[in-house]
Amino acid sequence: MRGMDLRYFVRRIGMFFLVIYVAASFNFLIPRLAPGNPIGAITSRMANASAGIENGQAMFEAYRKRFGLDEPIYVQYVKYLWNTVRLDLGQSLSAYPAEVWEIIRPAIGWSIGLIGVSVLLTFALGIAVGALLAWKGTPKIVKAVLPMTMIGGVLPYYLLAMLLLYIFAFTTRLFPMSGAYDSGIPRELSWQYISSIARHAVLPALSIILTSLGGWALTMRGLMVNTVGEDYMLLANAKGLPKRRILWWYSVRNAIPPQVTHLAIALGYVVSGAILVEIVFSYPGLGYQLYMSIVNSDYTVIQGITLVLAVSVGLCVLIIDLIYPRLDPRVTYVVESSG
Amino acid sequence: MDTATLPRATAYNARPTIRGALRRIIAVFKDNQAFTFGVLLLLALYLFGVIGSQVVSPKKADMGANPLNLSPTWEHPLGTDGLGRDMFAVMVIGIPNTFKIGFLAGAVGVAIGTLIGLLAGYYRGVADAFFSSFADVMLVIPTLAILITVSAYVRVVTVEIMAVIVGLLAWPMPARVIRSQTLSLRERLFVEIAKLSGQNDFEIIAFQILPNLTAYLAASFVGAVSAGILAAVGLEVLGLGPQNVPTIGRTLYYAFRYTALFRGMWWWWGPPVVTLAIIFTGLFQMSTALDKYANPRLKGAMRG
Repeated sequence: MRGMDLRYFVRRIGMFFLVIYVAASFNFLIPRLAPGNPIGAITSRMANASAGIENGQAMFEAYRKRFGLDEPIYVQYVKYLWNTVRLDLGQSLSAYPAEVWEIIRPAIGWSIGLIGVSVLLTFALGIAVGALLAWKGTPKIVKAVLPMTMIGGVLPYYLLAMLLLYIFAFTTRLFPMSGAYDSGIPRELSWQYISSIARHAVLPALSIILTSLGGWALTMRGLMVNTVGEDYMLLANAKGLPKRRILWWYSVRNAIPPQVTHLAIALGYVVSGAILVEIVFSYPGLGYQLYMSIVNSDYTVIQGITLVLAVSVGLCVLIIDLIYPRLDPRVTYVVESSG
Repeated sequence: MDTATLPRATAYNARPTIRGALRRIIAVFKDNQAFTFGVLLLLALYLFGVIGSQVVSPKKADMGANPLNLSPTWEHPLGTDGLGRDMFAVMVIGIPNTFKIGFLAGAVGVAIGTLIGLLAGYYRGVADAFFSSFADVMLVIPTLAILITVSAYVRVVTVEIMAVIVGLLAWPMPARVIRSQTLSLRERLFVEIAKLSGQNDFEIIAFQILPNLTAYLAASFVGAVSAGILAAVGLEVLGLGPQNVPTIGRTLYYAFRYTALFRGMWWWWGPPVVTLAIIFTGLFQMSTALDKYANPRLKGAMRG
């Protein structure tokens, strides 16, 4: 690949696996470091559910064996990592014996759709707003109006989500209050189904877009201002290129690559926010599923979702890092041979 | 190339005009306006909570202590919620708790981050490679997901435990900032001189490098407090925060759970929303003001 050598490639992939490894290790350690006895809590919950079980102690032992908790801790650790690699995340506790992966899988699509679309939109809008804010040729009126896009920036995601829900769904009933699509519509590739999905996604997506747009626009503006003093700008002006061409193809073009790096850094934060937005709108993605598992004390599903979230963010950052040299030809990761 | 430029440079610095000095003071004041505004905003809110919680009897914030679902009256300035809590009492007790979580979490995060950043940046080598990769990995993993897992297991009881758990995951960002600054500072002339004059590593780090990081420490701290409150309230909204103590997030959690939004009980969900908006506006003002000192490249950009 251009601008990149094997060593960089391998290091980036290694970083990705390190993310998965650390996240998986957290998942392994947290329940075992937690005070109290999770397996005891689970069995006592089960005992409660079936109103008293004879031979509770025997069942407790059986469960310890079933979950491999009678083995030494390092054996448990290796087994756990191996199972994680095979996508075997164990079985749900609240919907036993359903596989955790089967519970998580349908939620992934909804989350990717919601977060993906909102992040891409925010990214594009942020670049446009930031560019117009920094550009000298922007009409005064536009410059006065644009900072309004930053009002949402001081609010946390979930607060804006609640406000939007109250104003646009509860009070004016312009948009649906919860869910990802209307029930009763056949789930097929029809106009009705797709428009229903779109209508349900508007408010959750808006909460994510409006809260993060201001930050993007501000950094973009800073980056744009930094390009002003560059030699290529002087040359472009001297050549008498049209102002718009200079704006988009010289100034903005050179400010975009650092923004992409910011995207990689901000992604984990955005996903954290999206979790809460999904809960506010009961949007059936990973965040909402996570909330339901907390309500049901379904620890295996909680851990599975944590892992899936870490892996997906890690994967996105990996992809960004790998395409970065294509965006910014000045950056090469090829180690120069001989000085 | 002779030394002719040197005297001229000193002469220029030695004769500051009154107008120039005045302009600089005004500029600094202008820079600080946002900061001052942010501090005052937070201070006012905190004092409101502290004074209010002295006036109001904490019993009124208990469940069932008051009639249910009252809209604001003179007796209950912010009404009562669906479980019979006086909203005014809940807010004034909750505000200091939320501040406490944020500041404690920020302090823990910045302390750990600064220590790691200083040591990694100063000594470099294997430890640096290890901690930098670890910080990078931690920045990728969505912190909230880890926090949710932790709090799901450790049913958080007190405000302090909550703050420490949040703080323990808040160090990567400060560590990165402090490390990169330390990397550049350790190559500076004054560090060389300190070394030559026989200062040991501890003295160099503590007395030469650390004082030069004040702006970054302040910016990191405000950032960490902001992130700490954000994460803590997020957990509380999920019902994973401290139990039995009123916090802003927990109030929202109840408002959610008992559908205050759809019952038109604005006095239930409104006060926590407004409080959080004030807190984050204040912190945002402070952090943008501090960024100007911590990140001089932004200086021109912000004034546009």
